[in-house]
Amino acid sequence: MKVTLKVWRQKNRNSSGSFKTYESPELNGNMSFLEMLDVVNEQLATRGEEPIAFDHDCREGICGTCSLVIDGKPHGPHKGIATCQTYMRSFKDGDEIVVEPFRAKAFPLIKDLVCDRKSFDRIQHAGGFITVRTGAAPDANSIPVPKPDADLAMDAAQCIGCGACVAACKNASAMLFVAAKISHLGLMPQGQPERYKRAKAMVDQMDEEGFGACTVTGSCEAVCPKEISLDFIARMNRDYGVALLRGDPKTIKGGGAG
Amino acid sequence: MATLNSNIPSGPLAEKWEHHKFYTKLINPANKRKYKIIVVGAGLAGASASATLAELGYEVHNFVFHDSPRRAHSVAAQGGINAAKNYQNDGDSVHRLFYDTIKGGDFRAREANVHRLAEVSVNIIDQCAAQGVPFAREYGGVLDNLSFGGAQVSRTFYARGQTGQQLLLGAYSALNRNIANGGVKSYTHAEMLDLVVVDGHAKGIIVRNLQTGEITRHNGDAVVLATGGYGNVYNLSTYARGANVTAGWRAYKRGACFGNPCYTQIHPTCIPVSGDYQSKLTLMSESLRNDGRVWVPKRKEDCGKKPADIAEGDRDYYLERMYSAFGNLAPRDIASRAAKTVCDEGRGVGETGLGVYLDFSAAIQRLGESKVRERYGNLFAMYQEITNENAYQTPMRIYPAVHYTMGGLWVDYNLMSNVPGLFVLGEANFSDHGANRLGASALMQGLSDGYFVLPATISGYLAGQNPGKRPTTDTGSFKEAEENVQTLTKRMLGNKGKRTPNSFHKELGKLMWEHCGMARNEASLQKGIKAIGALREEYWNNVSVLGESNDWNQSLERAGRIADFIELGELMCRDALMREESCGGHFREEYQYTPDDPETKQGLVNPGDVKRRDDQFAFVAGWEYAGAADKAPILNKEPLVYEEVKMSTRSYK
Ligand SMILES: Cc1cc2nc3c(=O)[nH]c(=O)nc-3n(C[C@H](O)[C@H](O)[C@H](O)COP(=O)(O)OP(=O)(O)OC[C@H]3O[C@@H](n4cnc5c(N)ncnc54)[C@H](O)[C@@H]3O)c2cc1C
Ligand code: SF4
Ligand code: FES
Repeated sequence: MKVTLKVWRQKNRNSSGSFKTYESPELNGNMSFLEMLDVVNEQLATRGEEPIAFDHDCREGICGTCSLVIDGKPHGPHKGIATCQTYMRSFKDGDEIVVEPFRAKAFPLIKDLVCDRKSFDRIQHAGGFITVRTGAAPDANSIPVPKPDADLAMDAAQCIGCGACVAACKNASAMLFVAAKISHLGLMPQGQPERYKRAKAMVDQMDEEGFGACTVTGSCEAVCPKEISLDFIARMNRDYGVALLRGDPKTIKGGGAG
Repeated sequence: MATLNSNIPSGPLAEKWEHHKFYTKLINPANKRKYKIIVVGAGLAGASASATLAELGYEVHNFVFHDSPRRAHSVAAQGGINAAKNYQNDGDSVHRLFYDTIKGGDFRAREANVHRLAEVSVNIIDQCAAQGVPFAREYGGVLDNLSFGGAQVSRTFYARGQTGQQLLLGAYSALNRNIANGGVKSYTHAEMLDLVVVDGHAKGIIVRNLQTGEITRHNGDAVVLATGGYGNVYNLSTYARGANVTAGWRAYKRGACFGNPCYTQIHPTCIPVSGDYQSKLTLMSESLRNDGRVWVPKRKEDCGKKPADIAEGDRDYYLERMYSAFGNLAPRDIASRAAKTVCDEGRGVGETGLGVYLDFSAAIQRLGESKVRERYGNLFAMYQEITNENAYQTPMRIYPAVHYTMGGLWVDYNLMSNVPGLFVLGEANFSDHGANRLGASALMQGLSDGYFVLPATISGYLAGQNPGKRPTTDTGSFKEAEENVQTLTKRMLGNKGKRTPNSFHKELGKLMWEHCGMARNEASLQKGIKAIGALREEYWNNVSVLGESNDWNQSLERAGRIADFIELGELMCRDALMREESCGGHFREEYQYTPDDPETKQGLVNPGDVKRRDDQFAFVAGWEYAGAADKAPILNKEPLVYEEVKMSTRSYK
């Protein structure tokens, strides 16, 4: 099979970009989408043209590095998987495929298809942790965690921090990501003492980074490679509300695992 | 010649670590903040070390080439992490974990290090649980365990096939807390390209900002490398594409010895290669071997048939046949070599003939499909995505792939290399797994090194350093190292060659797999050394690197890393050639058990199993750079002295 690619090319943040069209060489349906780009890039480089810059690392859907918008959909045509797990057998011979970067104010473009997602890290710095010093931990089994809570926390913890939720959202909101982080820690007994303070700090930082508001369109959940549920956003909103009601985070004590 | 002094503390094995911690010099709390420590890497080892050192009060500067510390290759670990908690009351203990690890490593690891690892393992789980790592739980709320990677006890903790990511998120959260409170300064998209050595001590690094291309100098009172493994020297592996050896290799070129570079782990259960475009190999978790049965047809003629058409009696469940005690759970090196053997006999399956079946039909019959789905559903789905085959209906096809490197920079008991002030943690060092690593033990080692070992040992070195006299970045060594990096960058971009860096990487990978892969021999290794040497020369004559130095440039990044891989490949072949024995993952065809050996006759081993030569090779090889890539490196030896355990024949029958 062969495909035609329309790819966003942009030298850097300060220059303007445009779509360029490339014809792929002969492909194999068992190639991953990124392997297809590798092959196209080798062809470009051999001709002396600069290869298309794109982000990737693990190529198995776990590191959250790959980040393309394929035919208008972050992470491509399939539900519940990342770009790197998309295979060419999902396309037909002769297809034209449009490839763009994740676009959001809080994800400034670096080059071509690569954007900078450090704003996610800064949200985590604001409160994405449980305060415990190395060596200060009690025996692991001294804090039992009901299995349903542990499982639900794990559902949230699966988020790979890719930012597709932001890219899919017309408001470029990061609510699904932040909700996943807050819910993971907030569902564990260990996370209770800082639960509301954490929610407030992370949500405030999210706003500061320039992510948009959530109007619950659900497009984030639809593209999330880990199928993080919108329910976590409701959970986060509750925790944030409690934090506001309680006022000064310094006086906050722990609550129950909801 | 370098001196490789292991600095193993004296005293009984089980007391060494406690004693050593007591006798190691401390730094008083008020002085700690005056010391500046550079940590490169934020995988399990680097993130845990950075967070803990900052908590202790040191000024920590952390560097990663990734866009975020949370993306280190540690995220990819699926299976689990070992710890001698004995929560299952099935007879586990620190001593058993120690012994299993020593034996698993085929008696080529340091006793004292391994014992410490087993001791510390229990603290790791406590630490991670307190951070909120969502480990799998039983209904009563306590932690659940698996038996993993050939262990006969259930000591593996896990988090839904994402253990690595969850542990890393734990360490990353500890790191974040310390970034937020100012204890750690974090540099991302920051690649270390050289080590700065001042008067024989590691005192800084040279870093390239991958976004802007800017090259900067950073000084510190000590430098810690936690930069991961080098399996991508084979091009195709289960590693993330970005994983590379550059930090370690550049340190090697500054005098740090490289320990046992030829010890690589080939994992038995990976999805086979499908074509020349292949960019990475995907691991199917080893836990599958708990319920899957490995087989190939007894007769070559049956290989083309559909598996369902091959009668039960015509199947060779070769692991069960050869290793009756461990069967399908035989350790990785053994399972991988057995797969190679049956494929070499022409009995491999799939298009390329390089594959064996991993069959779940018996498990589905016994447990029901829903139970199998509950246990492995995500893995079956992943397999289907990649191969377009449904493993509930037809057996998976698997083949061994490069997965882990036991070798790495040489370190002493304190995790310090032979260059004073340079510490190496996690997969980047050579220390704890001998010639073969057991499943679920790498995560344990990374976190042990970072949370517990380095924070206790580094003060011993720092106490002898005066932070007031820390060399500033305008001194000669810094200038020279920066120029070295600039020159290399210019050389790569200015080269008027015709071939892409990737084409060299592919070629190197093929050479390595052929000459220094699952089975090695003298003639082939010698050929490999020649061929890789020639490839190195061609690289510098014919590589073409596009783009600019002061911009995001992935070709340039890769070109530097591939140049280092080529040199490393040559060293690995030299090490494999020197080691005239077989041990763990290092199989020299000349040294294997034959039907006439007494061990074979006693039923301890099979003909074809690895044969160690303890009288001559019970040592760690520490290779020292000789000043130029085309000069033969110098071999230093650290003898392995076993006080507690007797080096014995490693039997899994
Ligand atoms: C698919 C897969 C599954 C695995 N499953 C398991 C398992 O179930 N159990 C188990 O115990 N082990 C497992 N392992 C092994 C284990 O994951 C690794 O050995 C371990 O995570 C390595 O951790 P690390 O901290 O040493 O390095 P890494 O996690 O590789 O981190 C390296 C860090 O160094 C940085 N870095 C590297 N070079 C530079 C440079 N030059 N400049 C700046 N920064 C640099 C990177 O940015 C990164 O932050 C698995 C491995 C693979 C490939
Ligand atoms: S919530 Fe989903 S889409 Fe958003 S960052 Fe996490 S994994 Fe990616
Ligand atoms: S490359 Fe890691 S998730 Fe896609």
